[in-house]
Amino acid sequence: MAETVFAPWDDPDAKPLIRFRNVTKRFGDFTAIDDLTLDIFAQEFFALLGPSGCGKTTMMRMLAGFENPTEGAIELAGQDIAGVPPNKRAVNMMFQSYALFPHLSVWENIAFGLRRESRDKGAISARVEEMLKLTRLEKFAKRKPHQISGGQRQRVALARSLAKAPKLLLLDEPLGALDAKLREATQFELMDIQEKTGTTFVIVTHDQEEAMTVASRVAVMDEGRIMQVATPEHIYEAPQSVYVADFIGDVNIIRGTTKAAGEDRYQINWADGHSPLHAVSNRPFSDGQNCHLAIRPEKVSIHSGQPQADNAVQGKVLDIAYLGNLSTYHVELASGEIIKAQVANTRRISRRDFTWEDPVWISWTETAGVLLDQ
Amino acid sequence: MKRGVLIAVPYVWLLALFLIPFAVVFKISLSDIALAIPPYTPTAKDGIWNMLTQLDFENFVFLTQDDLYWKAYLSSLQIALISTILTLMVGYPMAYAMARAPEQWRPTLLMLVILPFWTSFLIRVYAWIGILSTEGFLNQFLMWTGIVGEPLTILNTNTAVYIGIVYTYLPFMILPIYSALDRLDGSLIEAAEDLGCSRLKAFWLVTIPLSKNGIIAGCFLVFIPALGEFVIPSLLGGSGTLMIGKVLFEEFFSNRDWPVASAVAVILLLILIIPIVLFQRNEQRQAEAEG
Repeated sequence: MAETVFAPWDDPDAKPLIRFRNVTKRFGDFTAIDDLTLDIFAQEFFALLGPSGCGKTTMMRMLAGFENPTEGAIELAGQDIAGVPPNKRAVNMMFQSYALFPHLSVWENIAFGLRRESRDKGAISARVEEMLKLTRLEKFAKRKPHQISGGQRQRVALARSLAKAPKLLLLDEPLGALDAKLREATQFELMDIQEKTGTTFVIVTHDQEEAMTVASRVAVMDEGRIMQVATPEHIYEAPQSVYVADFIGDVNIIRGTTKAAGEDRYQINWADGHSPLHAVSNRPFSDGQNCHLAIRPEKVSIHSGQPQADNAVQGKVLDIAYLGNLSTYHVELASGEIIKAQVANTRRISRRDFTWEDPVWISWTETAGVLLDQ
Repeated sequence: MKRGVLIAVPYVWLLALFLIPFAVVFKISLSDIALAIPPYTPTAKDGIWNMLTQLDFENFVFLTQDDLYWKAYLSSLQIALISTILTLMVGYPMAYAMARAPEQWRPTLLMLVILPFWTSFLIRVYAWIGILSTEGFLNQFLMWTGIVGEPLTILNTNTAVYIGIVYTYLPFMILPIYSALDRLDGSLIEAAEDLGCSRLKAFWLVTIPLSKNGIIAGCFLVFIPALGEFVIPSLLGGSGTLMIGKVLFEEFFSNRDWPVASAVAVILLLILIIPIVLFQRNEQRQAEAEG
């Protein structure tokens, strides 16, 4: 039996759990969120990604109830939640600073939310134990927050926000304070817990790798607007704008003008005296229209002689960034443009083929790049 | 060597300014009243050995025999306790408002709290006489608005003493509470609300416990000096206001009974040591928790 793919956003009949409808949020003269419409579905792991100040935290705070939209409506499970205070929402939040109560033990921190709605000591205790087990914190139940490590604090914060079994869990830069190794491990742990509990997660982050790793869909934001919402693969392979292409991962952008060359095929004139480039695009372009060709560095290959390829350009090695598993070659073209080409280091470094100032050829296929109009 | 000198400085300071004066007072408290200069006997002029053999605890026994003294101690404790609670009730909201005020306003507000210290304490207490007396500003205002028909008698009552103490010691209450609230991370309150607390409940369950150390520090800083307060009850209080500081003053200067006055002072110090030790312990615990 084939497993059904989890993609409610492709199903026109699916009812979203959260609905932003033309939401605008202004702080004085400053527009934090600008006429934003967005659907998030139940059981999604949704990432809001963007540079600081792009409005992603404001969106999260509106969902939690700490801010109300200036215009528009936010619906949770079909109900407008404007004006509902944070303590009356089936939404819990994991704070960036974790916001653990320093005067309470780990156990009491997790029990804090449960105690507000129930007096049944047995049920509270059972739920806290369950959460401690889920986050592997049993041994630390009696400690105070300042007596445990950063990673453990992060798990306490997660356990506390999950304890009330919210419909929606908001995570504000949840892994920001952890070091790289721990962050990676915790990302998988988060996904695991999200799957186990079936809770809808909305995560705010400025770390694109984190968003790509954990999320079922990513929304890239800039200046209060959503630039693109798509699955991580789509965002990376089919960005809709130069901003998104540039924000997610590394990219080479070549500016030029298009000329049709068959169905969905285009010639790109990009520099005087250079033969035109070729690209395939579903997006229609008229002749002479300005365009940007975005190519990921790992899709550019590097050769010592002229290769047989759709696109081949000559240049010389300007810089080499050695990253261990990969090396990024910065190749300067005759036109002055610098194209990055990434090569996996399958051999030991002493056997490297190219070095600084070497004349080289770089090439890519006509489907490797994405043709963008903005 | 250098370290030894550094550590010695505070000890020499304490020895010179606290222990030696205390030893002198303690010695006087064990002496007898005399019509002489100084007004007690024996003195060191009689020879050290002679002096020591003549000392006794007569004055302390006397304190237990006269109602006046233990009533004054109890009344002082009561007045200090009530005024501490009143100061807390006035000071906490002020400290809270200051901590929640916009960032750019806080230095100004802090300045306003400290500003009265720039004027003599005595002058400020005298100013309260002008406000609270029968023909004072407060009564004039109340009569003018028609709230009262006849002037209220506030001056020379315990009420005036409470007002005086609350006014004088308010900064000592506000500052430690403000510093505790200022350090409070606002996201903790949001987290409490997020987890199902109303505003009030979040205040009770998070803000109050986390400002506990400030509250304790403030209360001790008010209670300790208020207990031995002399100027405020003597200027604002009436004949019915019984406070140990006033008794102490009268024994020294009206009765010229230095030995009994010294005994009163020694007992007052013993009473004060308890809250001072508790205060120190609170400070230490806080330092450890933050360290």
